[in-house]
Amino acid sequence: MIALTLRDIRLAMRAGGGFGLGLAFFLIVVVLVPFGVGPRADLLAAIAPGILWLGALLACLLSLDRIFALDWEDGSLDLIATSPLPLETVVSAKALAHWLTTGVPLILAAPVLGLLLNLAPGAYGALIVSLLIGTPALSVIGTFGAALTVGLKRGGLLLSLLVLPLYMPTLIFGADMVRRSAMGIEGTVPMLMLVGITCGAIALLPFASAAVLRVNLR
Amino acid sequence: MASIWEYANPKKFIETSNRFLPWISGAAALSLVVGLVWGFFLTPDAERFGSTVKIIYLHVPSAMMAISAWFMMLVASLIWIIRRHHVSALAARAAAPVGAVMTVIGLITGAIWGQPMWGTWWAWDPRLTSFLILFLFYLGYMALWAAIEDDDTAADLTSILCLVGSVFALLSRYAVNFWNQGLHQGASLSLDKAENVADVFYFPLLVSIAGFVLLFVALVLLRTQTEIRARRMRALLARERMG
Amino acid sequence: MMPELGKYAVEVAASYLSSLALIGLLVVLSVRRWRKTRDALAAVEARRRGDG
Repeated sequence: MIALTLRDIRLAMRAGGGFGLGLAFFLIVVVLVPFGVGPRADLLAAIAPGILWLGALLACLLSLDRIFALDWEDGSLDLIATSPLPLETVVSAKALAHWLTTGVPLILAAPVLGLLLNLAPGAYGALIVSLLIGTPALSVIGTFGAALTVGLKRGGLLLSLLVLPLYMPTLIFGADMVRRSAMGIEGTVPMLMLVGITCGAIALLPFASAAVLRVNLR
Repeated sequence: MASIWEYANPKKFIETSNRFLPWISGAAALSLVVGLVWGFFLTPDAERFGSTVKIIYLHVPSAMMAISAWFMMLVASLIWIIRRHHVSALAARAAAPVGAVMTVIGLITGAIWGQPMWGTWWAWDPRLTSFLILFLFYLGYMALWAAIEDDDTAADLTSILCLVGSVFALLSRYAVNFWNQGLHQGASLSLDKAENVADVFYFPLLVSIAGFVLLFVALVLLRTQTEIRARRMRALLARERMG
Repeated sequence: MMPELGKYAVEVAASYLSSLALIGLLVVLSVRRWRKTRDALAAVEARRRGDG
């Protein structure tokens, strides 16, 4: 399983692998927001938690089709599926690779982008923790969506339509955690909900993703 | 006693549903007319809501059907996954647009009804927001069916999506309640009139609900027939093409 | 015969008109498609019986 994850990471890091694109997109979105809503510092501070979470979420979304697409196209996915590794493990390995190459950079970039949006000083900790807990869920849920649309040409838009509703609970609790921290109130409830969602997703979704992949590989 | 699984046979399903359809459709039309006419013309205004209480005869039934339709799709998807009855998968596909329309009606009437309360045409009330999310789940489900060519693959993928989607739809309901009001408070702006509805409103409401349920059943039976025939046609045309 | 809808006349009317319009549209489209597939399938099956 480790080998598969490392392989995916290496592929992502190569030229043309798309590494860094998610990060760049995150940056662009955050830069666009003030242009859209105006530069008022207090307004930006108020929406910063949501925008940062939204930007991270969208950046994750955009890199989802890479999880299976390349292997699907050149036939390696069929090979991997016939290996002794259970498909559930394969799917989890790929989700892990996605998180390491997309999610983790976003977590590291978020505080810096928080500066651009005037995020309240007390909220940076919650920002990092919430993304740390929540982005794995985004990767695992996204892997499910990617498995559903793997065979489709131009499946990107459909992938977004399917995955974004599934992202909503994570977004709600993640952003709320940061917002509460910015306002100075207690944020344990959303954090616990977020932990629950992520753990549940990691434990259960790989089975659904593997089932879907099996169908598509028939 | 014949097993209900007999009707899993597509031909038998069409024959049997053809026998019931005229009656169900007639009953649906009757209930809807009686319920809505009674509610619209023959009931008084309510204290808090004025004449907008009349919207209840559309809002409550449609909201109930929006959820019931998804639940029916969930059960049908499970039956497909476990017992591979094509009629089941096609029934789920047939029900989705009906459920989606019910959701939209629920949203429109809910928003309009809320207008006198909230002063705006839309508010991010937990109930309305949950229905909006449900609508998105319907859209995704229908889009996935439409995107996949092979019938069996489509049935498999959409049924798994329905399962996963159901879990997340429930999760979203709690998340949205929390997001708007905090986790343990009910939706205080809720327009749910199922509790404490006075008798004079209650009975026409029951008839309307019955009308909507019958309408749903009639439409799903009809549309499932269409899906069965369409699938058979695709199979026959494919055979023709192969010589 | 029209009840006194008072100040909420627009809202109530809008609800009823839009809901009934949507239901009507759904029914009409469903019936149309039902007829179309029924006839198309009958044609294909007749052709098969004719050839085979």
